[in-house]
Amino acid sequence: MLALYFKLIEKRKMHHEKITTVAGIGCSSRFPYFVQAHGAHFIHGRALPFATGVSLSRPDLHVFVFGGDGDAFSIGGNHFTHTARKNVKLTYCVMDNNVYGLTKNQTSPTSPIGYKSKTDAWGSGDRPINPMKQAIAAGATFVARTTHTNPNHVLQMMEAAMDHDGFSFIECLSECVEFYPGAFDGANPRKGGQFPEVPKDHDVTDEYAAYKLSEELMPGKFGIFYKVNRPTKNANEAKIISTNREKFAALPDWQILQKNFDRMK
Amino acid sequence: MSDATTAAPAQAGGTPQVSHISEAVIRIAGNSQDGIQAIGGFLARLAGRSEQEVMTFMTIPSTISGGPSIFQVRIGSGEVLSAGDEADVLLCFYQHSYENHLGSLKKGGIVLYDSDHVKEIKPENETKYRHIGLPISSLVVEAIGGTGRDKGKNVYALGLIAKMFNLDVPKLHRLLSERFAGKDPKVAETAIAAFNGGYSHTLAAASELFKFKPGENVGHNQIVMGGNEALAYGLIAAGVRFGAGYPITPWSDIMELLRKELPKYGGSFIQCEDEIASVAMAIGASWGGRVAVTGSSGPGISLKTEAIGWAVMAEVPLVVVDVQRGGPSTGMPTNVEQSDFNIACFGGHGDSPRVVIAPSSVEDCFYTAIEAVNIARKYSTPVIILTDQGIASRIEAFKMPELEKICQDITPDFTPVADHKPYDLAAADGITRHLAPGTRVASGKYPIVTGLEHDELGHPTGSPKLHVQMTAKRRNKLKKLGADLPTPTVFGPPEGQVLLVSWGSSKGPVEEAVKQARAAGDAVSALHIKYLNPLPNGLEKIFEAFTHVLVVELNDEGFYGYGQLGAVLRARYCDPKIRGLTKVDGLTWKIREILDRVKAMTK
Ligand SMILES: Cc1ncc(C[n+]2csc(CCOP(=O)(O)OP(=O)(O)O)c2C)c(N)n1
Ligand code: SF4
Ligand SMILES: [Mg+2]
Repeated sequence: MLALYFKLIEKRKMHHEKITTVAGIGCSSRFPYFVQAHGAHFIHGRALPFATGVSLSRPDLHVFVFGGDGDAFSIGGNHFTHTARKNVKLTYCVMDNNVYGLTKNQTSPTSPIGYKSKTDAWGSGDRPINPMKQAIAAGATFVARTTHTNPNHVLQMMEAAMDHDGFSFIECLSECVEFYPGAFDGANPRKGGQFPEVPKDHDVTDEYAAYKLSEELMPGKFGIFYKVNRPTKNANEAKIISTNREKFAALPDWQILQKNFDRMK
Repeated sequence: MSDATTAAPAQAGGTPQVSHISEAVIRIAGNSQDGIQAIGGFLARLAGRSEQEVMTFMTIPSTISGGPSIFQVRIGSGEVLSAGDEADVLLCFYQHSYENHLGSLKKGGIVLYDSDHVKEIKPENETKYRHIGLPISSLVVEAIGGTGRDKGKNVYALGLIAKMFNLDVPKLHRLLSERFAGKDPKVAETAIAAFNGGYSHTLAAASELFKFKPGENVGHNQIVMGGNEALAYGLIAAGVRFGAGYPITPWSDIMELLRKELPKYGGSFIQCEDEIASVAMAIGASWGGRVAVTGSSGPGISLKTEAIGWAVMAEVPLVVVDVQRGGPSTGMPTNVEQSDFNIACFGGHGDSPRVVIAPSSVEDCFYTAIEAVNIARKYSTPVIILTDQGIASRIEAFKMPELEKICQDITPDFTPVADHKPYDLAAADGITRHLAPGTRVASGKYPIVTGLEHDELGHPTGSPKLHVQMTAKRRNKLKKLGADLPTPTVFGPPEGQVLLVSWGSSKGPVEEAVKQARAAGDAVSALHIKYLNPLPNGLEKIFEAFTHVLVVELNDEGFYGYGQLGAVLRARYCDPKIRGLTKVDGLTWKIREILDRVKAMTK
């Protein structure tokens, strides 16, 4: 995954200083340390609002966010919904291993029913979250699925996500060889699985069709499920700013404030 | 009403006599929808324009509409330190307002009531207070026509008050027109008609009318606003251009104002899904290069503590506003309390030194906000502004700030660097310097910010040695700040029997208590502490010169008998003469209360 991120940076000739890598907490979140770019390793589950602060205040930067399934859908579940709905311009890549890796094998919100972990020795009984459905329902404007065993595909998805103007979400199946080996063998042709791509005739602007694609679990489909254009939070804020600024022409800040204060005399 | 000098002897049955006064406390009691806050606002603004000092106190019901509400305004030609213990004049609209607030009236004070609603007057009250009953509701209908009813009542009452206190009518007319400008011109006309109706009332039933002596703040060019407003404008003046928050009383005013105002300056304020997201977003923006703000009250502050701990660890500048209210939990949302001292100074896990400053007045809110931003930037640290409901909702007049001088530009610097270690242990001043993302680092070694213990570049480390060094670094930079802070000066003589220590909104009442105690011959002084964490040095020298050091706080005495700041002062100075003088009734201090408690504790 990391190697791919480098590749992407190289391929797109991005200026390292213009890239920011933000992550939450989990095995998958240690990304920023390995990238030669400004990076932030924030707290568990809150990488998205942090990254939103960066994206909205610094529209000149590319903001990439990495995290695990627990980070995204458990502790950070609400932030996922709201960042998607606000359509904040950033790319969120969730490395889904269906388990809590860093804390050593507890049930995650994407662990399948029956998964035996340290917190569900008899097998998990809670219905797992379907990240793709979750993203579509929350209002993400770019939703794609990939797997770490197909690097070229990951790169394609990352590139497409980066070019998308809005909240782009990628679920990347990422096997935890330590605690959940074989979880995604069904999607790995080298392990006897399959790698079916999203059908060519799939309409990426059709929300229901995208939802339908998300229904298939293993191996499921790979590629872009959903992609639409909707004004971003960044654009909306920029518009509010420009309409407000117009009224004050080229006044220096202190004079704008003085106008308010004069009314309070 | 102090130093009343009577201009003319009372004439039985004739025009009322006019007394010249230097200050007055007026309490208006009714329901929240009566626009009581608006009358108070007009009076405060008028006082500001008349070069007088003014301080107000209001209660807002926690329910949205309806419910009793009061506004108390104290106007003085000289210094005004508190909203006043007792009212000189009580204006009440309903029987319940009459009954609940008569007790706040000074003996012999004037109660002006709406006789359309207040029907029961006990004879013993009539001997204790001067009653003036007027059918205000019907008079309003007469003045502005049938549909007026509740609408113009407040402005009519303002007219009555203007008459009673000989207020400057042209100035009030101007204030009314300004307030209602832009809307349908009829609205302003109706308001003026209602005001004139009240003002032209003869008030024949009054035995006495008043006139303020000229204000002392001559040429001050005063401005009038509330504490939350002042704080929000202070942040703007300081150069803050990004904020994030989640609504909660009484913090919401600040976020609403910033949401509306920041775009004018090219900034934004984002309403988030919760307080955790808002602190995270503000930290993200701060790391983006320009210090950002978040804030909350009560439970929202609890939610922010984990992320504030991250900002301490990563040493990212941040401003957090805590508008304290009664706690714990949902507590008393519209009441004042100073019980967040502990969470502000120590909230969160681990050793996490941060800066806490408390403003003491509306004016101080403006300047404290600027100072908080500058400390956050200079020391690369989170700074918590610990204000409270008492200041948040009161209105004061203060000197127009020199905005051209004060407003600052804090645009980040993106000058490329050869190499950079943000957490340089050898830095001369011991302070962390972050590069704003977007800054090119020629060596290609980009720094990282993290909540894990880290090395000088920001990369995680498990090294015990580095944890010791970095912990000391985070502590020492703020100890240095503490050493640079000015030692506060004593209000009153620097030695004596009792030293009252205050923080936050209690400054005014405590200093007024000192004045009264000294007038009565008691050796009482006061010390106000603005910088709560770290504390300034030199306090022990001040304490030495007093027999009793009583820390006046609006919080509980706790298991060990001291308030929250009191406990820290005890711990720091190991001095048994430091004791707590605390209360948690949800109201600001009355001068009488402080004086009685001092008497009881020192006899
Ligand atoms: C507030 C908080 N609670 C709990 C933790 C402990 N914790 C760290 S990572 C993690 C879960 C990691 O799972 P996931 O997000 O799926 O990442 P993975 O390690 O599997 O990549 C937990 C519970 C924490 N760091 N912070
Ligand atoms: S194998 Fe599992 S536990 Fe090990 S680093 Fe990967 S995700 Fe974490
Ligand atoms: Mg995981």
